[in-house]
Amino acid sequence: MQVVFEQVINGLTIGSFYALIALGYSMVYGVLKLINFAHGDFFTLGSYVGYTILVWVSGLTVVHFGLWGLIVIAMFVAALAVALTGLAVERVAYRPIYPTGRLPAVVSALGASIFIQNAIMVVWGPRFQAYPSKLIPNIKFVLGGVNITLLQILILLMSFILMAVLYVVIQKTTFGAAVRASALDRETASLMGINFKKVIFFIFFLGPALGAMAGVMVGMYYRQISFTMGWNYGLKAFTATILGGIGNLPGAMFGGLILGVLEMLGAAYISAAWKDVFVFLILILVLIFRPNGLFGERVAEKV
Amino acid sequence: MTKEALLAVDDLHIFYGSIDALKGVSLFLNRGEIITVLGANGAGKTTLLNAISGIVPSAKGSIRFNGNLLNGMPAHEIVNMGISQAPEGRKVFSTLTVEENLNLGAFTRRHRKGDVLEAKERAHALFPILKKRYRQLAGTLSGGEQQMLAIGRALMSAPKILLLDEPSLGLAPILVNQIFDIIGEINRQGTSILLVEQNANKALGIAARAYVLENGQVSVSGPSEELRSDEKIREAYLGGRALKKK
Ligand SMILES: Nc1ncnc2c1ncn2[C@@H]1O[C@H](COP(=O)(O)OP(=O)(O)OP(=O)(O)O)[C@@H](O)[C@H]1O
Ligand SMILES: [Mg+2]
Repeated sequence: MQVVFEQVINGLTIGSFYALIALGYSMVYGVLKLINFAHGDFFTLGSYVGYTILVWVSGLTVVHFGLWGLIVIAMFVAALAVALTGLAVERVAYRPIYPTGRLPAVVSALGASIFIQNAIMVVWGPRFQAYPSKLIPNIKFVLGGVNITLLQILILLMSFILMAVLYVVIQKTTFGAAVRASALDRETASLMGINFKKVIFFIFFLGPALGAMAGVMVGMYYRQISFTMGWNYGLKAFTATILGGIGNLPGAMFGGLILGVLEMLGAAYISAAWKDVFVFLILILVLIFRPNGLFGERVAEKV
Repeated sequence: MTKEALLAVDDLHIFYGSIDALKGVSLFLNRGEIITVLGANGAGKTTLLNAISGIVPSAKGSIRFNGNLLNGMPAHEIVNMGISQAPEGRKVFSTLTVEENLNLGAFTRRHRKGDVLEAKERAHALFPILKKRYRQLAGTLSGGEQQMLAIGRALMSAPKILLLDEPSLGLAPILVNQIFDIIGEINRQGTSILLVEQNANKALGIAARAYVLENGQVSVSGPSEELRSDEKIREAYLGGRALKKK
């Protein structure tokens, strides 16, 4: 039983990465009906920017800000840099193409993905990079026989705070309602005085920023990062998006967490080598039996 | 006369690709007035409203509001200037609550909480049902309630001009009467109204003047009373219903 709980905690940890990335897919799809294939690479870019800050700048800043301050700064700078990249990609690769239809936009998104990946390789090199070790003290807590690390607690805490903030902004503010309204019916939304460009700005700022923060957390958790990791995480997060119902933000959050837990349980009880296969099996099964996601149409409030 | 008009549309041409939906439409709306635009399906009524709202671009001609040219202005700015629309088919945001729909109607002035509250009280006074259904999803409202929400939402920006696109569409006669009473009340409270209708009988009863659109052109226009007694109009647009007094 302990193993189950431990795997659930591990699963929630990686699930929160998927969830944070999935939110970006879901927001962009909800508003623009575009699958932003470059999104996984925003995540990677965030991981690398965070890496740079933590490694290169740590000597200078740690004195002033302390370890926790440094981590917050790394997350913040990564989020900001990647958000600006997201806005630039939207401007250059997507906006000129919207009027030509959905398929050209998908091709353009793939192009943007390859471009960002290669740019990362050029800047940081093709080899793995490693986040500093012992960044977070390796403290283990034992709760009822179940191990949980300080880093895991930190990651879960940060992810849940980020998701809660996004949830509140989207569900409880008038601007959030405007984003949801634009996703439902862009033309009628403009009759309300909603500027669609601002909505696009919002989703292409927040989505990549959340992905980037997930990237920094993944770097701290696994330590090793590579310029191609966006594909794998991107695909899993995309699976989570489908699982929760694409365009449905709470769905994306739960989809990510559920997927992470299933992956870890599958790795523990069936076969670790096959865990990615389970994930895509889940994707295929959901697409066949619940194409609107696990939560179906009823609660699917499309954003 | 068009000099002082609140809204003046002059020689307006609209194309959808190669289809010319409006072929030189001119009309005006005076301050405080209700006018109606009548016409068969596909005549171009919705196109006209959407051109005024800035949703469809105009190829030629001008749309002036208070003397300011609206052509080329994006839809969200036109709302801010004081023109709002309750679109054909209600178009409420179905998975948003009644409250959220109303709040979005006041989106351009969402930071002025006092104004929003005042507008909401006005909408509730006109449509008490909206207050009862406040937390309900708009998609769960009945057709009539959705129409009331669409009009209430359009009023939230405190518009100078309200554009109404077939508010009676698909409603039972009692509800149609109720909606028209409220349109009259909104007008008495100081909002000028451009009403698009297929229910010509009701529309001519409430509007001071009327325009008939036919294939993208104004075929007849004048005071409602004149149109009502025009033999040809009766045949074409009022059918048997004209003979019953409204
Ligand atoms: N988005 C569009 N693309 C192409 N043609 C359009 C479009 N919208 C309207 N039309 C055409 O323009 C003409 C006018 O349409 P419009 O919707 O303005 O008519 P209407 O008078 O509002 O009709 P109804 O009473 O049925 O609402 C029609 O021939 C219609 O087919
Ligand atoms: Mg119409």
